Amino acid sequence: MIDNGTKENLTTEIKYSSKDFATSQDVRWCPGCGDYAILAAMQRIAPELGIKKEKMVWVSGIGCSSRFPYYMETYGMHSIHGRAPAIATGVKINNPDLSVWVATGDGDLLSIGGNHFIHACRRNIDINILLFNNKIYGLTKGQYSPTSEKGKKTKSTPFGSVDFPFNPLSLSIGAGASFIARALDRDPKHLQSIIKRAAAHKGTSFIEIYQNCNIFNDGAFELYTEKESKADNTIMLEHGKPMVFGKNMDKGIVLDGLTPKIVRIDEGEFSVNDLWVHDEFDKSPARASLLAEFQELEGFPHPVGVIREINKTTYDEEFHAQINNVKKQKGEGDLKKLLFSGNIWTVN
Amino acid sequence: MPKEKEVQSLSEVTVRFAGDSGDGMQLTGSQFSDTTALMGNDLSTLPDYPAEIRAPIGTVYGVSGFQLHFSSTDIHTPGDRPDVLVAMNPAAVKKNLSELKPGATIIVNTDAFDRKNLQLAKYETNPLEDDSYEGFEVFPVPIASLTAKALEGSSLSPKEVSRCKNFFALGLMYWLFDRPLDQTLNWIQRKFSKTPEFVDANTKALTAGYNYGENTEIFNTRYSIEPAKLPKGTYRSISGNEATALGFLAASVKSGLPLFLGSYPITPATEILQYLSNYKNFGVKTVQAEDEIAGITSAIGASFAGNLAITTTSGPGLALKTEAIGLALMTELPLVIIDVQRGGPSTGLPTKTEQADLLQAIYGRNGEAPVAVLAASTPSDCFTMAMEASKLAIKYMSPVILLTDGYLANGSEPWKIPHVNELPEIPVKFRTEKEGFAPYLRDENLSRPWAKPGTPGLEHRIGGLEKANISGTVSYDPDNHDLMINLRAQKVKNMVNDIPDLTVDGDMEGELLVLGWGGTLGAIKEAVIKARQAGYNVSQAHLKYLNPLPKNTEYVLKGFKNVLLPEINLGQLAKILRSEFLIPIKQLNIMRGLPFRVSDIEDKIKEILGGKNND
Repeated sequence: MIDNGTKENLTTEIKYSSKDFATSQDVRWCPGCGDYAILAAMQRIAPELGIKKEKMVWVSGIGCSSRFPYYMETYGMHSIHGRAPAIATGVKINNPDLSVWVATGDGDLLSIGGNHFIHACRRNIDINILLFNNKIYGLTKGQYSPTSEKGKKTKSTPFGSVDFPFNPLSLSIGAGASFIARALDRDPKHLQSIIKRAAAHKGTSFIEIYQNCNIFNDGAFELYTEKESKADNTIMLEHGKPMVFGKNMDKGIVLDGLTPKIVRIDEGEFSVNDLWVHDEFDKSPARASLLAEFQELEGFPHPVGVIREINKTTYDEEFHAQINNVKKQKGEGDLKKLLFSGNIWTVN
Repeated sequence: MPKEKEVQSLSEVTVRFAGDSGDGMQLTGSQFSDTTALMGNDLSTLPDYPAEIRAPIGTVYGVSGFQLHFSSTDIHTPGDRPDVLVAMNPAAVKKNLSELKPGATIIVNTDAFDRKNLQLAKYETNPLEDDSYEGFEVFPVPIASLTAKALEGSSLSPKEVSRCKNFFALGLMYWLFDRPLDQTLNWIQRKFSKTPEFVDANTKALTAGYNYGENTEIFNTRYSIEPAKLPKGTYRSISGNEATALGFLAASVKSGLPLFLGSYPITPATEILQYLSNYKNFGVKTVQAEDEIAGITSAIGASFAGNLAITTTSGPGLALKTEAIGLALMTELPLVIIDVQRGGPSTGLPTKTEQADLLQAIYGRNGEAPVAVLAASTPSDCFTMAMEASKLAIKYMSPVILLTDGYLANGSEPWKIPHVNELPEIPVKFRTEKEGFAPYLRDENLSRPWAKPGTPGLEHRIGGLEKANISGTVSYDPDNHDLMINLRAQKVKNMVNDIPDLTVDGDMEGELLVLGWGGTLGAIKEAVIKARQAGYNVSQAHLKYLNPLPKNTEYVLKGFKNVLLPEINLGQLAKILRSEFLIPIKQLNIMRGLPFRVSDIEDKIKEILGGKNND
């Protein structure tokens, strides 16, 4: 019935253009919303992924970002709040041949859907999760979200929120996702490259995208996305490269034991050779966890790029391997035999 | 020399095994049932156990019981009141005494009537030494010490030896009711094949129990129950949960669709997940999800991907799945939700039975969200109804709820095994042609096309937002919403053409119809038979389709001056029937977490008909 999906099955000779992935539905996000940039990046890179349109499935929950599937000319389901990872799991298990994508927001994935998110990561099911993180509830018009900073004043927290936010990168590392990255709505080229990497990765891929909600949380990521401040406040990760950042590329990160420190590399004490060299494929989660924690450290740049990519078997692979194994051991199921098994007796 | 024992022939007996939850009473009961089934008796069982896995030993609330009714005639219930109680401790007698038939036989394990156990059971004096058990025939048997004696010299620890005592009791019961040991001996061999010392010990305990009956002076009479005259065929004993699992497997085979189950463990539905997880060689895919919601939503994903998708649960889990059922309805995807009803509300009585989820199943969603609701009536009927539910879900691209209950799930009965070629075919159409495709096109049943992801040219989006009919684009158009609400309702109504008419046992009109639904069938049938034997003219009908109701339901009900509807809820179906047909319904509602007693229904019949019997 269904074969064990391989990436080869998804590839195609058909040459698509980005328009092939656009639907006839009017896109209905607010003008200026960061979601437009993410959609454009996805549609632009889609033809390069080598995935046939009919083999791509987009699943979403509820929230602004969850309208995404309506705008992708692929199979799609706009489902209910928080449940997209579970639905995507059901789709992928039952047809590993499909390339399954989840478009979700910080409320959808980390609040109401938190359980499904961590369990998708734990299983390492081969799906791609794009988190549109804008640190606010947009569709309900401006309440704080599980990624909003503590003290956030919103309509539901007029005196400031008193709870700590989730760190999505740390959460996904802890839960066991095998590809973890961060990208920016304002840097579409980089975002496209990250999407391409996620698509190629087998296992749960998680991309946190800083996405601006210009209506309810405008400028939440300004420091990290705008020209004047970006260089000093982000660090663009590259595998095998030392961690250098700053407008003049004069700052770097060194690891003092397990403590990351910011140093100047133009003052003689430290040189580029002393810096922490990023290893995306480090098997230990220790350094990836430190990177994920940068955002909690005063004055540290937010890392952007691939935080971690590791190889481990996927849920869908193991799931079907087990079925095939049992079939081999027990032989293909015979309903008649099964019905007439156990303690049977005949009345004549 | 023991004297020759008298053999008395009986037509039916109800036996109850009772002891601590760790005493192995469920195992003892099911072994006795299997042997009894193999002997050709008709039978019906009722396991009754506490929610705690090992409730505090010796206490009344820790008592686990297994009741079994077997006969040489056709029977439908596990029996109102036991004729024989096998009690492993004082608490087991205390808990069951008031349930026994007057004059019933009690076989007690006297070894457990020590000070500690008497105290735990809250007996102030030893009931074996006073008149506490007056009116019953008590057989004192030191089961524990006789077991220990039989296992003298065994390498097992005293604790392990003590755990063999249920096999001694079983052996004794085999002697008392003239059953062979083979079936259980074989089972012991298989079960403990890796631990020969357990095979040896349990075999010895079983045989010792049997021989004790033969040789002791205590028992002078043994009983024989002739095989029942069941219709020709090959039989097995089956529980509702196993029948449910097999039914969906059969539906998968007959539809050619792979079966997917997304489920979260919950009593008393868990076994269905366990059974189906064993059928991997049929390609069955089971996911033990992270929660109830992921159970159903993964199944919705599976259905979208083109599977026969199901999710199993019990009452509280159905509540959690509510929103997702609405999604399946809105996306018009086939899905079967199985609710093994248990005592509610909230956590309620997890191991007990009830029928109080009917309104939740029919109405329990936001918005106008009609779904088909079916209910199995006996343990083996779960097989048939699982296939029926699958068939309707696929044909109408719609979620279907199948209700069973704790009694059906755990209870068992002989099942005439159907041949695969007698089972109904389940046709499936996947849309593949591009020409003219739209995701919400309608066929003659108003069903939309099932287009699996992976099908070239049929890329489309579905979702929980209201969709324009035919085109399937998001639509806020007021008239379209009104149309879609009615279309979805009409789809469920159209199913009436696929479901059988309500049949009546007895006259088509008269003074009284006893109507039922779901797991009460056995008790109702037997009560009606008894009332007829007492000269009353009573008709009986049973609903297995609750939404939609069979076409002729109103016609049937209006043929009777009185309609009596026993339900293990406070009158949920009665409420629906009154509002649907504007007819009076007489209710009988007893919610003890247990099946109806036949006598409860029989008394109500007599109360309604008063002196109107034919005597």
